[in-house]
Amino acid sequence: MLRYLIPLAVFIILVIFLAIGLKNDPRYVPSPLIGKPAPDFSLPRLFTPSTTFGPKSLRGKVWILNAWTSDCVGCRQEHPYLLALSKNKLINLIGLDYRDSNTLAIALLKEHGNPYQVVVTDQDGSVGIDYGVYAVPETFIIDKKGIIRFKYIGPLFPDEINKTILPLIKKLNEEVG
Amino acid sequence: MIINQLTLFWTKLFRAKLFVVACLFLFSLVSLSQAGIEVRNFSNSAQERRYHQLVDEIRCLVCQNQNLADSNSQLAQDLRNKIYDKVKANQTNQQVIDYMVERYGQFVLYNPPFDLVTSFIWIGPFILVIAAIILLVITIVSRSKATPVELSEADHTRYRKLLDNEDKNT
Repeated sequence: MLRYLIPLAVFIILVIFLAIGLKNDPRYVPSPLIGKPAPDFSLPRLFTPSTTFGPKSLRGKVWILNAWTSDCVGCRQEHPYLLALSKNKLINLIGLDYRDSNTLAIALLKEHGNPYQVVVTDQDGSVGIDYGVYAVPETFIIDKKGIIRFKYIGPLFPDEINKTILPLIKKLNEEVG
Repeated sequence: MIINQLTLFWTKLFRAKLFVVACLFLFSLVSLSQAGIEVRNFSNSAQERRYHQLVDEIRCLVCQNQNLADSNSQLAQDLRNKIYDKVKANQTNQQVIDYMVERYGQFVLYNPPFDLVTSFIWIGPFILVIAAIILLVITIVSRSKATPVELSEADHTRYRKLLDNEDKNT
C-alpha cells in the first residue's frame, strides 16, 4: 500500500507547487527600494519646464509617485481612476513622465484631464533607473519621512486602490513625520 | 538515363545547399541586428572586457529572459549606457553590480550570489543526487541480502506440470 501512496504524495506536493507557481506573476519583481529613502531628484516640470521640482518639498507629507508615459496602454487604463483618486484631499499625486515627449504628454493631460499636482519630466530616464522603474505604469507611496513604503507595478484599478492604496495612505498620514 | 538522374540529384543537392547557406546568412543578419551593441570606445582592453562581462551578466527586466547585451529595449540601452559610464569612470564590477541590485533587486543578476535564500537552489540538486545514491545503495544491499525462496519438491513438480500444459496449449 505504502509503495503506491508515496508516489501519490510526491505527485500531490508537485501539483501544489505548480499551482502556486501558476498564480505567481513573473513580471512582478519585488522592489529592493521598499523601506529605503526615496531617491532625490530635481526635474523640470512638464507645464513649466524652466522650473524644477523635487521630493524635498514634499517632506512631512505622504505622497504618491506615479511613473507614466503618454504612449503606454496601462497608463491610459488607470488614468480615470487616478483622476478620481486625485479628488481626495489626502492625496498628493506626483507624476513622473518617464522618457516621453512633452508635447504628447501635455496633449494627453489636456484631453483626458490631469490627476497630478505636479508632473515632472524624466527625459533621459535616469530618475526612472534610480527608482528601479522597468515597466510603466509604476506607483510608489512615500511616507512623511521620505521613505518608500509601497510599490505597485501595472495599472491601478479601483480594487487595488480601495484595498491597499487608500488604507495605507490613511495609516501613513497618522504616523508622525 | 542514369546520367540524367545524377545531374538532377546534384542540382537538387546544390539548391538545397544554397538554401541552407542563404538561411544561415539571413539568421546571422538577425542575430547581428539583435545584439544591438553600440560602438564603444574604451581606453584599455581591461575596461572593454569588464563592460562586456557586465552587460552579459545583468538581466534586462523588460524582456526578462535576455541579458542587457541581447536586449534592444529602451531600458536595456539606458542601463548599457550607465554601465559604460561607470566602467569608464573606473568603478569596479562589484560597484556596478551593487548599483543595479540596489535598484532592481537580485533578480537582475543572471548569476545569483550564494546566500540564505538562494542556498536551496544551489545545494538542492546535490542533496537530491546524494539522496538518490543512498536510496539506490540501500535497495541494492537489501535485495542482495534477501534470501531466495526455497521451493519444495512438491512445488517443483506442480510448476513443471503447469508449464508442460502451457506448452501443449500453444
